[in-house]
This record gives sequence, structure tokens and C-alpha cells, in this order.
Amino acid sequence: MTTPLENADAGPAEATDAAALRKTIRIKVCGVGGAGCNAADFIAQTKFESVDFLLVNTDAQALGAASLPDKFVLGRQRTRGLGTGGDPELGRAAAEDDAARLRSICEGVDILFVLAGMGGGTGTGAAPVLARVARESGALVLAMATLPFDFEGVRRQRQAAAGLHQLKAAADAVICLPNQKLFKMLDENTSVLEAFKIGNTLMADGLRGIWRLLTQTGLINVDFADLCSVTRGRHVASSFATAEAGGEKRGEQALEKLLAHPLLDGGQVLNESDAVLVSLAGGPDLTMSEVNKVMEPIHRQCENAHLILGAVIDEAFTGRLSVTLIASQRRSAESAPAAESGLAAAGRQADEPEFLDPAATPRPASRMVAPAPEMSNEKKEQMYTRQTGHARKKSARMQRELPLEIVFKGRFEKSEPTIRHGEDLDLPTYIRRGVALN
Amino acid sequence: MTGNHIRGFSNHGVHPVVSADREITGEDVQDVVKNAKAINLPVENSVIHAIRQHFQVDDQTGILNPVGMFGAKVEVDVHVVHGHVNRLKNSIAVVKGLQLEVEEVVFNGLASSLALLSNEQKELGSLVIDIGGGTTDYAVYCDGIIKHTGVLAVGGDHISNDLAYGLKVPLGRAEQLKVDHGSAVLEPAIKGQTVELPGQLGLPFKSINLEHLRRIMSLRLEEIFELIEREISPLGWLEHLRAGVFLCGGGARIPQIQALAENVFQLPAFLGKTSSISGLKSALDQPEFATAIGLVRFGSLQQKRKPGGALTDGLKKTLAEMFKR
Repeated sequence: MTTPLENADAGPAEATDAAALRKTIRIKVCGVGGAGCNAADFIAQTKFESVDFLLVNTDAQALGAASLPDKFVLGRQRTRGLGTGGDPELGRAAAEDDAARLRSICEGVDILFVLAGMGGGTGTGAAPVLARVARESGALVLAMATLPFDFEGVRRQRQAAAGLHQLKAAADAVICLPNQKLFKMLDENTSVLEAFKIGNTLMADGLRGIWRLLTQTGLINVDFADLCSVTRGRHVASSFATAEAGGEKRGEQALEKLLAHPLLDGGQVLNESDAVLVSLAGGPDLTMSEVNKVMEPIHRQCENAHLILGAVIDEAFTGRLSVTLIASQRRSAESAPAAESGLAAAGRQADEPEFLDPAATPRPASRMVAPAPEMSNEKKEQMYTRQTGHARKKSARMQRELPLEIVFKGRFEKSEPTIRHGEDLDLPTYIRRGVALN
Repeated sequence: MTGNHIRGFSNHGVHPVVSADREITGEDVQDVVKNAKAINLPVENSVIHAIRQHFQVDDQTGILNPVGMFGAKVEVDVHVVHGHVNRLKNSIAVVKGLQLEVEEVVFNGLASSLALLSNEQKELGSLVIDIGGGTTDYAVYCDGIIKHTGVLAVGGDHISNDLAYGLKVPLGRAEQLKVDHGSAVLEPAIKGQTVELPGQLGLPFKSINLEHLRRIMSLRLEEIFELIEREISPLGWLEHLRAGVFLCGGGARIPQIQALAENVFQLPAFLGKTSSISGLKSALDQPEFATAIGLVRFGSLQQKRKPGGALTDGLKKTLAEMFKR
């Protein structure tokens, strides 16, 4: 931050500079696939200045129904505009076919928001391609992805996890919204339409928060690098939440709303997260004590996390306070270095055996399993060749690793499992309850 | 008899009193019990016990014997213990293989409670938990009658298995560790203590963290108690157990298991004493023997009930049969 003295010196010049800069920053929001297009369509209707919108889908019919003017059909030759039928490979191939066109669209864009629903064909397959192309043409890429509901089945969850991993490798930052968490915001009478609208509203709020964070110069500045440091290199989920409040007690109210936000699981997410970014937006009347009132409890909730604070002053927020929070959590020790090298993974050598790629064997999160011991890729390969006795040919390397999920049941191995309340009682209690020895 | 296949539940039977003067006769009682026993069991299951609970005449509840009373209808609750036919037959076949006749089949939990509980304790309300090797059986007594029974197919073997898995020792060694160093409660003082395991030459070759051992055990035992508590507390019996919880079976030998049971059930817990038969107290008063002693007692009760079922009569009968040949 500059000192007031310097500020007074270069005041007007800097202001005009900033204004000019702001004008030149070109932001584009791109919806990919059905869910992404719906979200983008919705967000476009909620009054976003100086942002271009673009819709991309393989399904021409769905695209035709959207109200935005700027849209195009991916992979027309391949899918004939009929969609991918939930096949991410097809989605990816369609996007690769049209890579040149995507590149021309990304030309001159400074920040690209990619909105996509993971789990289907187009969103899962094409979004990483778009992100990669955009990065190659020099844009900062921030992706917002929704994860499928639990009832959509394991297959879609797996596809979503794989897609998310690829997206993380390709984009600068990924924020995801697990749809399952929406259930907490719904009551018995919520219609499906409303449910999706809530999902879209959440996305829109998050997007707006981040957009504000990036485009407006802050009192306590947070830039894209800070955002990346929070969202990059984390294994699965970063959660976000926004809350707004006005009036005298806006500090307390905003905090209360924020902590009650369903995506934060009643503040539990904060306890578990490793990195938290908080961005406050208020009018010129924002007081230090208000900032403190919001930050103090958040800080207490996540004492061990890396906390980044930003504050933005905006005339439009006079009398109001808006808080945007992004929290991310490292799911397991092994994944961090794997994801850290995520950028390198995008350009990974093709001859690298696929069985070493954690994305190739996405495992469902299970508390029955201890995380695999950390080891380097060479070591893994060494062990693999030792196990198989000889080095494999390249074609044979496609063999997938079996998930090691079995806890040996000892003497109860051969007897009928004892299931009570959905738990197999033959497994040691301490393992089922996740009690760590040592 | 015990096993995962055994289930206990209560059933209700109703019978209208048909006689002109509305006096309840022995026949009415038989009919109402028959009605209560008529339950929808899967074909492969058979009834082990059907224990009569209290009768109800019109709206008057808690009647032990309604014969001679007047009323429009008589109702009864029956607690039915049933199990899988083939599994029951397997156990019977094993006993028969030892050249022994099987007179009757008794559920373990019932037998143990017969051995442990005095009439006062049954009256006050008690819970008997028999922690065996492969199963944990339990029975709830209230107002002098059996209210609920159940089996949990988790027992001492599971503890040994957990220890073998968690401490990475062979099963036999885990069993020995459980007996020598086990406890149901994790004391803070135990932190950092270790146990040396001697190798074949008598030299220590592995040390076991005592805290881990106890933690694995206490979590497993706590879970067993919690599962039982979860089973019976919705039925509302927990508040009626004024005598407390009685523990027996090999698992009751684990030190401080009463403390854990007290903690989970929030009731006084005791080790069961087999006071119901005569003999050498020190030899018989072992928690493992509760079921066996209960079986003897069950047999003696059955003998008494049979008309002319005294030992001399039986002897006479067998002698007579021998001479007939």
C-alpha cells in the first residue's frame, strides 16, 4: 500500500491510470455445457457491467433456447449438434475440433470465467480444453464448476471428479459448488426450477464477489495471485460463500449470515480448511471495528488456516457490507504435490505411464482407507516394475490401479458380515470411527 | 442357542370371551396365547421361545393370571424369540454328535438371566448382557417378566481381531494381550506406557503401545454397549431398569467393564453373580458359566412343570420301558 503522502503526490494521475486500466481489462464469462450455459444466461440477466458473455454447448437445441446473443455450437461435425450424451471424451473431442475458434474468441480477453457443470459430457470434457486454450492465448482463467447431486450416481461423480482434476490442471483457479450442499437450502416445497435458480444465484453471487475482488482496487488489496494461492493446488473442494447486510449492525449480521451459509456447513468447513480468503466490500463509511467484527470470529474459526483478507471501498456499497469468503481444503497429503504440479500436468509427456496419474483412478472418498504413503513418481514406478517383475511395454501401461479399499477382516473374513445400521461391525471400531492411533 | 439369526420381538394377541357369564376360562387363555403366537415368520424361521408377558382384561393391564376373572375380551403380549431353522438344527446336530439327547433349545440370553437374576431383580427391572466370544446376548426384565431380548453378533473375538489388526500381532498373541493387559476404560495415566512382547528366545522383540491397545478395546466395547442401548432405549425400557445392568460371559472379565457400562447406560452396572444353584461357590461363580448354570436351572424348572416329571417317575418309566423290550 502507498503512504498517504505518496498518494497525495500522484493522486489524480493514478486515478486516471486506474480508470484507464479498468477499461482495458476485458472480462469474459463463458458458459460451457448445459449447466454452464444456464448459469451464464442467468448471471447475464443480473446486471453485470463491462462483461461479455458467451455460451458454448454441443447441444444446438439447448443453445437455441438461451437468450444471450453470443453463442456457438461445439463440434458440429462430430455430434451434429445433438449433444454428447454424457460422454466427456466426446465433449473433449468436440472442443478440440473447434480449438481454433475457441482461441479466436479468447483473443484479447484478460480474464475468462468458465462456468461449467461437472459430471456430464460437454461441461466435463470441453471446459478443461477451453481453459487451456484461453490460458495459451494469455488470459487468466478462473473456472466455477458445479458437482453433481449424490443421486445422480457414482459414474457421474467419478466423471465429475476426473473433469475437475483436469480443469484444475488447465485453469488458474477453480472454485466448485457441490450441488449436494444445495439440499440444505431447500425445503420440502421447493420446485426443481427454484432449486436450480438457487444454484445459479449462488454462482452469480460468487462470481460477482470475485469479479469485484479482481477488478476494483482495494483498500486492502487482494489480487488474482492471492486468489490462486488459495484455490490452486488443493485437491477437491474449495467452498465459497457470500453474505450481504445493511443497517447499523451490518457487521454482526453479515457475519451471522456468512456462518449460517449452507455451503460452509455451519462453519465446519472453516474449521477444516487450510486456506481462507475473505473479501469485504463496503461504502466509504466502513469502519475498522466492522472489519474487526467480521474478521475476528472467522479467524478464530480457522486458526490453522492461511488467511488472506481483502477490503474494497465502493460508493455503491454505502450503508451496506458484503463479505465474500473462499475456503479451500486439502483432502489428503498425497494430493497436494500432485495438484501442485497440476500446471505441468497439462503439458505432461505423453509417454508417461497413465497408472501414475492420480486423475486416472479417481477414488471415492472413504474414511476406511488410510492415505497412500507419499512417494515420488519414480519410486512408484520402481515399485510397480518390481511387482510385475519386468518393465511394461507402453501399451500395457494403460492398466489401471485397483483401489486398495480392503481392510482385512481377519477371522471374520469368511463369515457372513454383521451389518447394523449400515456399518459392518466385523471391521474394527476404531477404523470405522476414524480414530487415529499415534 | 445364539447367533446373528436370532431375533426377539413382542407380539400382541386378542381374544373375545365367549362364555355366557363372561368368566375367563383356561381355554380362553390358551386361545389368546395362541393368537399372540400366530405371527408372520419367514418360512425358514422357527420359534425358540414364546414367553407370556402380562395379560390385559378389557382395559385392566398387568394381570398375571386372568383365569376366573370377568371381562369381554382378554389380551396378552407374548415375547417371541425365533431363529433360522437350519442354523438351529446345525447346533442340535453337533450336540447329538456327542451322543447327547437334546431335550429343548434355550436362548443364551434367557439362560444367563435365569442364572443371574433373583426374583427381586426381575421385578425391579434389569438388563442382562452376556458378552460371549462371537455374540453378545441381552435380555431386559421388567415387572418380573421378559420384556425384550436380542443378539448382537459381536463379541470377544471381535476385540481380539481388532487388536490383531490394530497392533499388527498374530491372533493368538492378540488374545493373550487382551487377557493380560486389557481394560474397558482408557485412563489418562496409561499414556506412553508400553508392553514388551517376548520373542521365541525370551528376548523382547516387539513393544506394544498400551494406550493403543486400550483404545481399540474400549472403543469396541463402548460400541457394543451403545448398540444395545440404541436397540432398547426407543422401546422405553431403559427408565424401568431400577436394579441396573448385569454383565456376564467371558467379556465380563475385562477389568473396569462395569464402569464403561455405567457410563453408556447411565445405570448402575454389576458383574452378575450366579446365586441360583447350590454347590461350590468359588468354582461356579465365574461369569463364563452363567449360561450353563442358567440351562441347568431352566431344565429343573421344566422338570417341575411337567406333571409327574419328578426324577423318580422318569426313572420308573425308563426302567419299565427297558423291561418291556
